[in-house]
Amino acid sequence: MPDLTKTTATATDEQSVTPDAPVDAIASGPAPGKPRSLWNDAWRELRSNPLFVISAFLIVVLLVVAAFPGLFTDANPDSGDQVNHFLGKPELTHFFQADWFGYDRVGRSIYSRVVHGARNSILVGVGVTILVTLFGGLCGMLAGYFGGFWDSLISRLTDVFFGIPFLLGAMVVLNAFTDRTVWVVMGALAFLGWTQIARVMRGAVITTKHADYVVAARALGAGTKRILFRHILPNALAPVIVVATISLGTYIVAESTLSYLGLGLGDGAISWGGDISDATQDIRNNPHTLFFPAGMLSITVLAFIMMGDAVREALDPKLR
Amino acid sequence: MGRYVARRLLQMIPVFIGTTLLIFIMVNVLPGDPVRALWGDKPPDPAQVAQIRHDRGLDLPLWQQYLHYMGGLLQGDFGKTIAGNRPVLDEITQAFPVSMRLASMAWTFELIVGITLGVLAGIKRGRFVDNTVTLFTLLVISVPIFVVGLLCQLFFGNELGWITPTVQDSENMSQLLVPAIVLGMVGLAYVARLTRTSIAENRQADYMRTAVAKGLPRQRIITRHLLRNSLIPVVTYLGTDVGTLMGGAVITEGIFNVTGVGNLLFQALARREGAVIVGVVTVLVIVYLIASLIVDLLYAVLDPRIRYA
Repeated sequence: MPDLTKTTATATDEQSVTPDAPVDAIASGPAPGKPRSLWNDAWRELRSNPLFVISAFLIVVLLVVAAFPGLFTDANPDSGDQVNHFLGKPELTHFFQADWFGYDRVGRSIYSRVVHGARNSILVGVGVTILVTLFGGLCGMLAGYFGGFWDSLISRLTDVFFGIPFLLGAMVVLNAFTDRTVWVVMGALAFLGWTQIARVMRGAVITTKHADYVVAARALGAGTKRILFRHILPNALAPVIVVATISLGTYIVAESTLSYLGLGLGDGAISWGGDISDATQDIRNNPHTLFFPAGMLSITVLAFIMMGDAVREALDPKLR
Repeated sequence: MGRYVARRLLQMIPVFIGTTLLIFIMVNVLPGDPVRALWGDKPPDPAQVAQIRHDRGLDLPLWQQYLHYMGGLLQGDFGKTIAGNRPVLDEITQAFPVSMRLASMAWTFELIVGITLGVLAGIKRGRFVDNTVTLFTLLVISVPIFVVGLLCQLFFGNELGWITPTVQDSENMSQLLVPAIVLGMVGLAYVARLTRTSIAENRQADYMRTAVAKGLPRQRIITRHLLRNSLIPVVTYLGTDVGTLMGGAVITEGIFNVTGVGNLLFQALARREGAVIVGVVTVLVIVYLIASLIVDLLYAVLDPRIRYA
């Protein structure tokens, strides 16, 4: 990973010298002896992609909301004034006020609940993606690099997990837990989701492991660990990053779907999916109780999927 | 070809055993006791609990339970439910045709509309059609299926009155239409995206230039040359999606009150009927394995360079 930050930093420097179109940058070229890597190119491509800029902006805002919900609202998301605010209609001109998005049937501020719900959704999405990428990536790397027994074992294991529909498996696992914290939900989704990354990583490692530079590194006496982490990993990482970014959005959907079914986060936790489920009791007369949590959820997922798309376009030379 | 199929069928056996074992362990090792649940909130009678557990073989070690279960399964015996003592097979044969109907409608919808949109977008890459299709697929993937389902039910069912808000008769195709579209929506978006990417990549291929140079009609170039060569990733997706559509319809079936597999599973989870859960997943795994075999055989049809000796 340090390679990535280094190359992005140099890309920024170059861009500041030639802020115009990439054509200029290519014409002037990087300094000799400083070859442009895939990451370098990808970063250049990304910044000029409006999809990436919009999604990155949205994601930064969402991360701030998730980390500091108190900055956006003072209203208490957990208790409401049922007598005065029962299903109060939204006051769309009261920006950032407690009644901006209206009230739910317990008189709680929907705006406050939407803001406070961001943390759990994003925590689950990001957490599952990290777990899955680390574990699945490691398994895929072992299977792809060592082949033989490890490859058969891990490949058969991924086959087994692929046979079980994701949502269904998650329902079975989570049904057994009475106290479903963020960590339990994260663990359950990661337990069922790691195989996808493992497959992608395995394929990528197999295509890179016979490359000349790997053979050269081995001839120079590099150890297995060095070959794996310094030579193969950086070159096999691109497809993994693409799949991981896109699946982040789908994990957020999975969490809210499970919460909608009553099998997601436990009672105390605020989840958009749970709020949507509550809203279904009477959406005909009170569509606002459904609209705002559903809208927030959709925007969040959209941001991550757009980001994944942009990253894929940047990292896949065939699509240029 | 025959030998290839035979080898693939043999390779399915360990995967089948592994998957059933995994789901069996997941259902049985995790906390929660279906026998105690029979008493609800009342304190259960320990002697009776022990008796039921003994009758059902639930007091045996897990590996013995699994062997018993698999032994029964090979003879077509899926076990019995704990509450009511009905054969699990009956419940499955009741629910599967309904899900099969819903899933096949959703699947056809995905196939036809998804590929059409993908081809249109891929051919006109970067143009208005392409941008519209891309935006549409992004939206469909981002808005969770339960929101889409609820909105469709509210709008078409309650406001416009075009459909019955819930499915009354699961044999009635017109009642299943909207649930099937909702169910197939996400898959449609993925099919359209995969087709688009694949078409856009292959559009530049040499054989395309040759086909144009030969003066073939445009439609023939697109259907026989471009589409056929671009379909492999799409077929892969559509194949694995069969299982997802059958088992993953929990949400859609719940919203529209369709009494299919998803519904059965959701009820079984609430009642902790392990045998039903394992049985349903077992059938789904078989569906998945057969679908992936068919997909692999289709590769050779689409691309004659792929041969199975």
